[in-house]
Amino acid sequence: MSLLATRGLTRFFGGLRAVGDVDFDLPAGQIRAIIGPNGAGKTTFVSLVCGRIAPSEGRILFEDRDITSLPPYRRVAMGIAYTFQITSIFGNLTVYENVALAVQNALQRDHDAFFRIDAREMDRRCEEALDRVGLPDRADTKAATLPYGHQRLLEVAMGLALSPKLLILDEPTQGLSDHEIEGFCTLIRAIAEQATILLIEHNMDVVMELAERITVFNNGTILSEGSPAEIRADVQVQKAYLGG
Amino acid sequence: MSVRATAARRNLHRIIVSHGGVIALLFAAQFVIGAYYHLSLTRVMVLATFAVGYNILFGYTGLLSLGHALFFGAGLYGAGIAATQFGVGASGAFVVGIAAGLLLAFALGLIILRTAGVAFMIVTMMFAQAGYLLVLYFGTYTRGDEGFVLKGALREAHLFGFSLNLADPVTRYNLALFLLAACVVGCIALVRSPVGRVLVAIRENEERSRMLGYNTFRYKLFALTLSGTICATAGAAYALLFAYVGATFASIEYSILPLLWVLLGGIGTVLGPVVGTLLMFYLVDVASSYTSAYMLVVGIVLLILIVWAPGGLLGTLRERKIGWLP
Repeated sequence: MSLLATRGLTRFFGGLRAVGDVDFDLPAGQIRAIIGPNGAGKTTFVSLVCGRIAPSEGRILFEDRDITSLPPYRRVAMGIAYTFQITSIFGNLTVYENVALAVQNALQRDHDAFFRIDAREMDRRCEEALDRVGLPDRADTKAATLPYGHQRLLEVAMGLALSPKLLILDEPTQGLSDHEIEGFCTLIRAIAEQATILLIEHNMDVVMELAERITVFNNGTILSEGSPAEIRADVQVQKAYLGG
Repeated sequence: MSVRATAARRNLHRIIVSHGGVIALLFAAQFVIGAYYHLSLTRVMVLATFAVGYNILFGYTGLLSLGHALFFGAGLYGAGIAATQFGVGASGAFVVGIAAGLLLAFALGLIILRTAGVAFMIVTMMFAQAGYLLVLYFGTYTRGDEGFVLKGALREAHLFGFSLNLADPVTRYNLALFLLAACVVGCIALVRSPVGRVLVAIRENEERSRMLGYNTFRYKLFALTLSGTICATAGAAYALLFAYVGATFASIEYSILPLLWVLLGGIGTVLGPVVGTLLMFYLVDVASSYTSAYMLVVGIVLLILIVWAPGGLLGTLRERKIGWLP
């Protein structure tokens, strides 16, 4: 069974077809990478999946339920978490508060916690999320003052704290140092034990190391799909993207 | 106990002591000030309640309304007309005034929250102007600009077998203080609650809040309804305590004033609106005894503030020194 599936998914921006007639299937438990040249429609595609923008045509299915017309908050409640390409944290709030906002949402799903929340459980989950990405001692730092690499990690911590079934990461390693990228790969593999991961990534080393399957986008459609080895060998992909 | 829990407890202590202290100070003030300040401080406390309500929407949720005179006016006229035309008594009129603001804010929120930013400012201002013009249009009931006074039996409030003389300065002062204190305490509870956390998140980055799974429309509607209700409560109290209902209170001036009070005292702080209202009121009061160009003085003070303390007095203080201030 597919965790996520799209059928004929299409999105126009004016006359431009950013995503066109995409049929996509993602089984539960997989690490999937989406690659493709700039403007191929990768970010638009995942934005359609998480509900940031509405499709022009087509359907989106999550756990076999049609979620095409559901607002983002309903999709998050079902287990879809999205981390932004351009770091989008609450800069004026502390690192702890940033994660707490995600944890609170996860807690409110289970309990009716509009006005009260279990402070101990909140602390525990925040610490856990920060621990996992390796930012435990930065909890009281104002998020905007974190170095860029740490802000990216905070984004991931917020995604994690939502306890998602599907974690969508939009170019998470952009701007990270080689050392940070190494730690990041370890982190993603650990997260993948509990969640399915959909990863947009430009760094081919990261893609080849992490992805179990790769989907190649070009001009808003799926050009090719396969294992890392297959994609590496694909002539069409090389022409479109890998510069071959 | 974890470090965080200890810190949270210490902060709660500080909040109770500082905010309780301000309320205690206001209580003690009535025994030392003269009749003039006694009356004006009563007025300031009711207007400060208005500002506290405004700040929930502007300061915490980040929605700048230029039309809150509409809600103050709804409370004022709701209470005033209910008292004079429908004979519901002072307590009943108070409830009618609050309900008028609540319903109006909720219904209006469904429409105006579809806009954001500058459009929101314009739409709120337009609705408030429509409200002001309605007051003038229905002059038969509202007496328009001239307004009307509450007298006789309406100066007595009956509640749970108690009878309060609303014309008595001491009663009036303490009712206004009670109202303000209740709103301050409520506001502290709100901003420390899970809801308050989300409101701040919406102010800081609405798109991110949406993608963290929050129905931001519902939260904004809640904030607007609560804000409008508190402002209407202040309006209803104003009508009943000072026995006068007039169109000035629904005019654009009373939409701008709460904005200035909050800007002066501290955006997104519980006590900021109180401090702001107090300072602005007496700034105008003192300046106008020296010059007829008192608005110039107010303007200069606001300019200085924007340049050196853009967060308002308490907002800037929080940024520099006391980070625990709610």
